[in-house]
Amino acid sequence: MSAQTVLFDVPGPRARVRNTLYTVLTVFLALIGTAVLYLGFNRTLSERESPLFSAQTWAVNPQGQWAADKWEPFLRPDTWTGYVIPGLQNTLTAALTASVLAVVFGLVFGVGRLSEHWWIRVPSGAIVEFFRGIPLLMLIFFTMALPIVAWQLFDIPTGTFQVSALVAVVTGLTLYNGSVLAEVFRAGINAVPPGQGEAAQSIGMTRTQTLWTILIPQAVTSMMPAIVAQLVVLLKDSALGYIIAFPELLRSFTLIATRESNVIPAAIICALIYIVINVSLSRVAIWLERRNSGRGRSSARPAAANGAPAPVREGAGGLPTPSGTAAEPGVGDTATESRTEEEPGDGDDPGPGKGPGGSGT
Amino acid sequence: MRARRINSALGGAAVLALALTACGTADVGGTGSGDDNGDGGDTITIGVKYDQPGLGLDEGGTPVGFDVDVATYIAEELGYSADQIEWTEAASANRESFLQQGTVDMIAATYSITDERRDVVDFAGPYYVAQQDILTQAGDSDINGPDDLEGKVLCSASGSRSAHNITEDMGIDAELREAGNYSECLELLNNGTVDAVTTDNTILAGFAAQNPDDFRMVNNPFGEERYGVGLPAGSTERCEEINEAITKMWEDGSATEYLNSAFGETDFAFEESTPELDACA
Amino acid sequence: MEAFLSNIDRVVDGFSWTVRLTLFSALFSFILGILLTAMRVSPVPLLRGLSTTYVEGVRNTPLTLVLLFCGLGLNSALGLSLADSVALDVFWWGVIGLSAYTACFVSESLRSGINTIPLGQVEAARSLGLTFTQNLRLIVIPQALRTVVGPLGSVLIALTKNTTVASVAGLGVQEASREMKLMFDQGVAPVLPTFVGFAIGFLILTLPMGYFFGWLSKRVAVVR
Repeated sequence: MSAQTVLFDVPGPRARVRNTLYTVLTVFLALIGTAVLYLGFNRTLSERESPLFSAQTWAVNPQGQWAADKWEPFLRPDTWTGYVIPGLQNTLTAALTASVLAVVFGLVFGVGRLSEHWWIRVPSGAIVEFFRGIPLLMLIFFTMALPIVAWQLFDIPTGTFQVSALVAVVTGLTLYNGSVLAEVFRAGINAVPPGQGEAAQSIGMTRTQTLWTILIPQAVTSMMPAIVAQLVVLLKDSALGYIIAFPELLRSFTLIATRESNVIPAAIICALIYIVINVSLSRVAIWLERRNSGRGRSSARPAAANGAPAPVREGAGGLPTPSGTAAEPGVGDTATESRTEEEPGDGDDPGPGKGPGGSGT
Repeated sequence: MRARRINSALGGAAVLALALTACGTADVGGTGSGDDNGDGGDTITIGVKYDQPGLGLDEGGTPVGFDVDVATYIAEELGYSADQIEWTEAASANRESFLQQGTVDMIAATYSITDERRDVVDFAGPYYVAQQDILTQAGDSDINGPDDLEGKVLCSASGSRSAHNITEDMGIDAELREAGNYSECLELLNNGTVDAVTTDNTILAGFAAQNPDDFRMVNNPFGEERYGVGLPAGSTERCEEINEAITKMWEDGSATEYLNSAFGETDFAFEESTPELDACA
Repeated sequence: MEAFLSNIDRVVDGFSWTVRLTLFSALFSFILGILLTAMRVSPVPLLRGLSTTYVEGVRNTPLTLVLLFCGLGLNSALGLSLADSVALDVFWWGVIGLSAYTACFVSESLRSGINTIPLGQVEAARSLGLTFTQNLRLIVIPQALRTVVGPLGSVLIALTKNTTVASVAGLGVQEASREMKLMFDQGVAPVLPTFVGFAIGFLILTLPMGYFFGWLSKRVAVVR
């Protein structure tokens, strides 16, 4: 309804003609694009022997990537049991382990940054800013090289311990996403109205008690969508394990592609699996957000911590965009950032709030 | 109380994470190594490649290829039947640590004998002496040796020395395109994005054997890579047993048979004489 | 550390590619992101559908896979070459892959920015007779851009870090992290100083960006 008609009037006759024209034009361009991709991967685009508009050019080329036997491996159960499912299992193992560890890391350092003691606050801040600012791939490479570091610095002979690919991936994902989550938690805690903390202390609760029974539970609840969004990032980033031969989903598909020489079908199916998983996770985030906003009494409103692209302010009424609920966390990866980048006005932490953040890969 | 619920949820999640990590890594295409088959007898764990066609490629549960055949032959000579062998994927990066930690009993995974590696592990063999060679598209007759690569585009897998041997040590001015692994290189070669791929001729032939009509081995090899059987340090006795097995394997023609079944369809002119074995340390 | 510093030219060379990847990808992804957003709120249902499908699809695909598709699919299998030399060819394909991926996040940020614009403004603009394009160009986008300066900064920082993936996924662009891995492997300098050196390099790029965009977002914030 109004979602579609906010930015423009109900189309009149001329506008309808124009819209139809645009539709036709788009269909035309999309067809050309699809045709180029189809012919290219069919190997009949550049090295064709027949004219462009002949049945031979457009027929499925048995040498090309659309040939039935390039797709047939995905109909065999052993492809799924031998490659895809173990790969998926490894991806989920790495992602789940890293998620839990990252949440713990985030809580420890997020709370650490709010500490009253400078000797906790400053190192926590430095650690969070450091791991947020460097690429995940570098962290993974470095973790893999730790045995060499031990040898170079402490003369521990190489081979005393080894870093498995799983450990390297999980370490990298934990440090990076944990730092991002630390900022999320900090913003969430800061967004709880200060009166609550004061009230808790006035009834004699210690600072630790206040933190764990009053502030953190509210911060976690209000930041849940941002946390889930970051976990989607984490899951997607686990695909970097491919680079260090961690047998995760993407690597399973490259192994299939090696065996069956069907790069394009493998890439398409691999992408579909990732999309299905991540979209379902994002739906969870949206559901959580709705549930939260429905409850209505959450005092740590994410909007307060959000600053910039706040979900629609109550009563103000924003522009609903198609397909998005107004209260949708909206920006996916960047949801986290938008929440952490802006300090709530009453933030009492003088530390730099705008460090390098950002989604991973 | 809500706070307690969140705390215990976190605790539970942490336990879950630890449990997950303890489960370790699922085997992609593997046979579920690590646990005994339950047949009661001794088993031997052998590390091979799982992603190297012709040498060690996972085929829906068990690896196949020249390295695998050699390892099976050696294991049989050591007194293990084929079903007492447990296969494990040994990627290039973890071969030494697998041996040092006893994850595997031996490794046959395109494992070149070098002095640096001899410092940390023992080697039996070599069971085959591979050389560096060049693979081109089937229709390409311009490239017949490293010198012809001047001005051509050469693919190398990241972390590999092979391409640098040509561009730096031999001083040939070829452009490098780096790919994640050799199957990516073959894809690039097949599409004509690169003109040639260079690495050990066994590896090239293994890939070429998958599509024998598409690729051509230049067969102008240089350098040498002596593939040995990796053993934990201090395995002199087993090393000698393996050397005997390797000699026997070449004498009774099994080695040639294995090479033929792996690379017979290609134009790879593989070595057919017994390699000169090193003395066991 | 001396061994690392004696290789400083390699480090600088690596980072020069990182910076170039970032700049070009930022430019293209910004343009594509605006285009996607405009499509997403446009009167033509097909354009809306296309934009949504693209954003949801690419956003949920790992960047590694997007770049592999560019390197092995478009560049190699389709035989599309963008430059004569290999180094530039893979560079431009890296830029395309990164832009295609980052544009989704630009678009999502902008869309959430549009969400913050009060309905009344747009209705007022329409009642004045502004067309969709005028409305978007004069009323919506300028305000949306101001509100999302902070998130866009985060996207840029993420992009800077994501350029490292272009070094591996079927492309092999010679950027900083690859230079670091090479220095690890070749043993030209001890690992720890090398890592710290490259980490500082990235922090030099990303930290000021964070502060700058934080400052800018406060400065241009729309007061309501």
